[in-house]
Amino acid sequence: MPSTAGSTTPSGTTTRPEPPDRVRRFSTAERMIHRATGWLMLLCLVTSACLYIAPLAQLVGRRPLMVTIHEWSGIALPVPSLLGLLSSDFRADLRRLNRFAVYDRQWLRSVRRRRTSPEARPAGKFNAGQKIYAGWIAGAVLVMMFTGLLMWFIGLLPLVSRTSAIFVHDCLAWAIVIVLLGHMRKAFEDPEARLGMRTGHVSRSWADRHHARWLREESVAGVPEKADTV
Amino acid sequence: MAEKPKRTPAGAPVGRRAMLGMLGAGAAGLAAAPYLQRGWEGFLGAASQVDATGITGLLPNPGGFRYYSVVGSVPRKNETNYQLRVGGLVDRPRTYTLPELRAMPQTRVVGDVVCTDGWRVDKTPFEGVKLADLLDAAGVRSEGAAVRFRCFDGAYTESLTLEQARRSDVLVALNMQHKPITHEHGGPVRLYVAPMYFYKSAKWLSGISVTDKVVPGYWEERGYAVDGWLDDAERHNDAA
Repeated sequence: MPSTAGSTTPSGTTTRPEPPDRVRRFSTAERMIHRATGWLMLLCLVTSACLYIAPLAQLVGRRPLMVTIHEWSGIALPVPSLLGLLSSDFRADLRRLNRFAVYDRQWLRSVRRRRTSPEARPAGKFNAGQKIYAGWIAGAVLVMMFTGLLMWFIGLLPLVSRTSAIFVHDCLAWAIVIVLLGHMRKAFEDPEARLGMRTGHVSRSWADRHHARWLREESVAGVPEKADTV
Repeated sequence: MAEKPKRTPAGAPVGRRAMLGMLGAGAAGLAAAPYLQRGWEGFLGAASQVDATGITGLLPNPGGFRYYSVVGSVPRKNETNYQLRVGGLVDRPRTYTLPELRAMPQTRVVGDVVCTDGWRVDKTPFEGVKLADLLDAAGVRSEGAAVRFRCFDGAYTESLTLEQARRSDVLVALNMQHKPITHEHGGPVRLYVAPMYFYKSAKWLSGISVTDKVVPGYWEERGYAVDGWLDDAERHNDAA
């Protein structure tokens, strides 16, 4: 293996040579989508806390400003994902997230039986929990957006009272808070997973351990490694 | 989403099912909300009786008030520095102190507090001076047609037509739930307009001025109805 000549070649953007022990997990586009969505979600949550929780509301006040930020960050929440559809990497990962493999059911069984060893929890690029989480949060964001719009534009749907929209919006908000805390806890427990989302690369040993079927499936499918970016 | 199953056999679309399931649950939630909500309110009402932590106040539809302010911080006023100015198109403009307001004839109005944001506090007693009494004391001139309210938070305003302002269930309130109104609830003096949504009941009241036409208030400039009447469904929600 020749060492990369760092001085003369400017760090290539299209085909960066892969270090032998690192595997590309997320493209730049995917990481930007995740980051933008994360920040928008955080804005939604912080402003909602300032509107909803009395001590914070008393501390911050400025209700119209909080409402405006909340509304627009909520509206913008699906935008990064929609733009992401232009990226083939992102579309490929959406397909992976959507489809359940046989071993995903085994993963779920292991969770129910509280078996934590990686052997008991086989996973492709995404494990069953990540797949369910992705689908659920997508639906939840759409429901939040819809009920939010009902509150914003009063009388948009005369059939549904504003009170009902608020009730669903509030209840689901708490569900999202709980699920997001779980999402962040999982990330907090696994530095290598965070590294993957931050840099795009993970170690091969981590991938073999936690997503054993991923690299195997990719090589069977004839895609040795995703080195090309769009 | 699954237009190109390359080599791997496509498994069940569980991700899509999770998403559609959530959408379905959302729609069902909207349809069932009126019923769920009633049960939930009953449960919360019972739970808040034994809840020492106050955590029930965080849950949706808590049986209680929520704090709304349109500015960052609101100065605190008490009997030593509170003043209510009555002016505009009147013959005898004057300024009231808190003890002066307390010395006037007091009226009690028991009404439902209903916010446009879904929370409500039923049968809340307010005590204070009828707005009509203050207007009469000031002597409204013939060209006066509406009343504009100012607040010492420096931003909030409200308005009523003169006819609405003279109703007997419109108070310059000093007490709520038999106690002096606290700062958080808009004290020491706030408006209470019983037949309308609670945004019409301006907190931290500092000025009443008679005008020749209705000047839209703070939220009304931001899309709220100038007449915030509660309809019967809102006031008596027990049926239906």
